[in-house]
Amino acid sequence: MLTFEPYGNPTYFALLGVALLPLMIGLLYGKRSRLYETLVSIFFLVLTFGGSKWTQGVALIIYILYEVVLTWGYAVYRRNHNSGPLFYLMVILAIAPLTIVKVTPAVENGQSSLIGFLGVSYLTFRAVQTMMETRDGTLKNYNIMTFLQFMLFFPTISSGPIDRYRRFEADYRSVPDRDKYLGMLQKGIRYLFVGFLYKFILAYYFGTILMPKLQLMAMHSRGGFLDISWPLIGYMYCYSADLFFDFAGYSLFAVGTSYIMGIATPMNFNQPWRSPNIKDFWNRWHITLSFWFRDFIYMRLVFWFMKHKIFKKPTTTANVTYIINMLIMGFWHGVTWYYITYGLFHGVALVVNDTWLRYKKKHRQSIPHNKFTQIFAIFLTANLVCFSFLIFSGILDKIWFLK
Amino acid sequence: MDIKATVLDILNDLTGSDVSGAMDDNLFDSGIMDSMASVQLLLSLQSELGVNVPVSEFERSEWDTPNKIIAKVETLA
Repeated sequence: MLTFEPYGNPTYFALLGVALLPLMIGLLYGKRSRLYETLVSIFFLVLTFGGSKWTQGVALIIYILYEVVLTWGYAVYRRNHNSGPLFYLMVILAIAPLTIVKVTPAVENGQSSLIGFLGVSYLTFRAVQTMMETRDGTLKNYNIMTFLQFMLFFPTISSGPIDRYRRFEADYRSVPDRDKYLGMLQKGIRYLFVGFLYKFILAYYFGTILMPKLQLMAMHSRGGFLDISWPLIGYMYCYSADLFFDFAGYSLFAVGTSYIMGIATPMNFNQPWRSPNIKDFWNRWHITLSFWFRDFIYMRLVFWFMKHKIFKKPTTTANVTYIINMLIMGFWHGVTWYYITYGLFHGVALVVNDTWLRYKKKHRQSIPHNKFTQIFAIFLTANLVCFSFLIFSGILDKIWFLK
Repeated sequence: MDIKATVLDILNDLTGSDVSGAMDDNLFDSGIMDSMASVQLLLSLQSELGVNVPVSEFERSEWDTPNKIIAKVETLA
């Protein structure tokens, strides 16, 4: 049987079009058929996780059952009790499979874990978030079927965007009126076509045509200071362009498909290359991930640190938490020196950025602010980001350590 | 003490600037508030008004202007 990478080739899109057509007609007439939506979801999940990838499919099914037991069990428990240690234990259990998947390659010489499957990270984010909101009491009516639909929503299962349970549920339980749906349809189709441009033209050019050449040239130009060469600098920009167009393209497909299904999955990118500083960059780049980290790690850690008065100054609290937050993000990408360095780099960049913003606020009169400084800030931020992606790309690992 | 005055006091303390003249300005877009300041706001609401707001109740778009914050606190108080 055939297997497909989500949004990987024209056949996938053709199947998508055929499967979504009845759903579109239904929504235009104000009807949402849960049965049909579920069948479509199962069909595309089988396309992605069936055939030669059936072991991943089995891993997915076991994983989902495991997370359902945890979140459902916790939701039932939380109705009448609220123990801190039990909550922490449940969160640890919920992220345990992801931890195993991420650590296995580092300790088993690059072997990937048997329990892994495409999208395990993104599902874990959704499960943990559901659990945390249950603890806070903001998510009161946990429902197993809604949770399953939320977790297994096929347009976003493999790489996000990471939606929120309550937001998804509100969309899923309602049918947009015709005007609203026509607007969504128009947007959705536009997103798909911009996605084609990003993923199949631009990312293809940068990633498949240009990048291997530059990598080869960079490997041949080793020997200088830290093995840095012009081709390596070219690789840095090329890799950054590929990373952006590939992931933004994928995200547009995922959001576009969701819109066509009448679900307003949140956007993942918002013109990241025009950010005037790193802090703003994280409001524009892989938004649903960085907001997940902001809401479920950063703010919670800050809250905990301040409530227990761990640090004297709020700025120290903010800085320490930035570093922890970005280090966790680094580890999440994978346990390699370059992902962890990438996380640390962004943590430090955020600390420096915040210090500068505070200084600027205090000395507003004496620091010039005009079109030129604005352009310089954007230029500097974009280059810092590209440098961080050079670390992230792992090419330094090859350049420095490959014999 | 009424909620509006207390919230404005907290915001003025937090941001180091007087926000009472721009009650509908977006505090996050202008960089006056950030996640750190949001948490400080939640903690101050708890200590000064006894209003408990869990972090997941803090949907940024519902808390991004002084007027919205006051309205939110009034519903939760």
